[in-house]
Amino acid sequence: MNITVTLIGQMAAFVLLIWFVNKVLWGPLNALLTDRQKRIADGLAAAEKGKHELELSEKNAKEALHQAKLQAAEIIAQSEKRASDIVEESKTNARTEGERLITAAKSEIEQEVNRAKEQLRSQVAAIAAAGAEKILRREIDQHAHDDLFKELASQI
Amino acid sequence: MSANEQSSGMGTVEYIQHHLTNLCAGDCDPITHKGVGFWAWHLDTLFFSIALGTLIIVVSWRLGKNLSTDTPSGFQNFVESIVEFVGGQVKDTFPGHNPLIAPLALTIFIWVWLMNFMDLIPVDLLPVIAGFVGIHYLKAVPTTDLSTTFAMSLTVFVLIVYYNIKIKGVTGYLKMFLFHPFGKFFIPVNIVMALIEELAKPLSLGLRLFGNLFAGELVFLLIALIGGTMATGLAALFWLPLQVVLDLGWLIFHLLIITLQAFIFMVLTIVYLGMAHVDEH
Repeated sequence: MNITVTLIGQMAAFVLLIWFVNKVLWGPLNALLTDRQKRIADGLAAAEKGKHELELSEKNAKEALHQAKLQAAEIIAQSEKRASDIVEESKTNARTEGERLITAAKSEIEQEVNRAKEQLRSQVAAIAAAGAEKILRREIDQHAHDDLFKELASQI
Repeated sequence: MSANEQSSGMGTVEYIQHHLTNLCAGDCDPITHKGVGFWAWHLDTLFFSIALGTLIIVVSWRLGKNLSTDTPSGFQNFVESIVEFVGGQVKDTFPGHNPLIAPLALTIFIWVWLMNFMDLIPVDLLPVIAGFVGIHYLKAVPTTDLSTTFAMSLTVFVLIVYYNIKIKGVTGYLKMFLFHPFGKFFIPVNIVMALIEELAKPLSLGLRLFGNLFAGELVFLLIALIGGTMATGLAALFWLPLQVVLDLGWLIFHLLIITLQAFIFMVLTIVYLGMAHVDEH
């Protein structure tokens, strides 16, 4: 084989073609494939993460539901207790109020009795004085015999 | 078959020789049309190889303009699978990292395959068409020209030497010739052995591809001759179907060969350059 210009030309064409293939075919396609690989890997990782998060939140939701149920039961128990307390309290209140009213009425009655007694006393004194006056038909100094009247009145 | 019209007035030997002669310009022998000096332009080889190279560039360019990461089209898928295949080969056989190797391997694979594919076009079709426009010699398969196969293998050889020196240094590279494969007591033998080993690389690369494709082309010519020379009169009823069947068989087999040869050229290039990158001493 002779070394001819054809050989040199083919070598030049080959080198140029390598350069072009690298520039327009291998470069862009390889970048694209790498990019796609990365995207797929990212997507799978994200899916895995999402699955994990879903599991976690499901667990959380279950726990929250459980807590809420417990709390509701507690609130209901509390309110029932409170209702019976209120009933009990009002009963007690009513009783004490009734007792208080009774006591007040009793004391008022007593007061009335005392006042009537007092009135009666003073009237008795006056009556006694008038009676005595009539009996004696004399002028008697009421003031001079006041002590006597009072003593009489207190004996009633 | 068109061989009949083409080779009328020509013997079998002339027919084959005519087909295996390049369209030569410049320093050519006026009778045999073989190149005799340095300035011998094989116009057909240059034309077809550069045309196929341009085809690769144009197609890649158009593909590169509407690449899609998420929804690759059919053709993009096809090219992607080739690129991934070549990338996988490089990753498997090439030690270390060199951004030149993969594009080089890809270029070799596609270009050699396309040039080999010219062999599957009916042997007389392109020469007959060329004959109409006044071109009387045409060898349509660039890889049946030693200039093409050696152009590639010598370029690879230059790269082998370059990376050997780059990785191992000049002294390291020379030491490889002195102390390899038999150690320091057999330096003269080592020099001869290592020299043969190094020179065999481009030689075997170039000759293997040339030989396979040249032989394949020759078989196509011989099959074409069945119809061309024996199909006269009633005998044509027997010989023409035989030619068609044989041609089909060889076409299918040759499709395998051209792919295999392109693959072998690519893999050996990766392996040789990989050896150049390994500092074994």
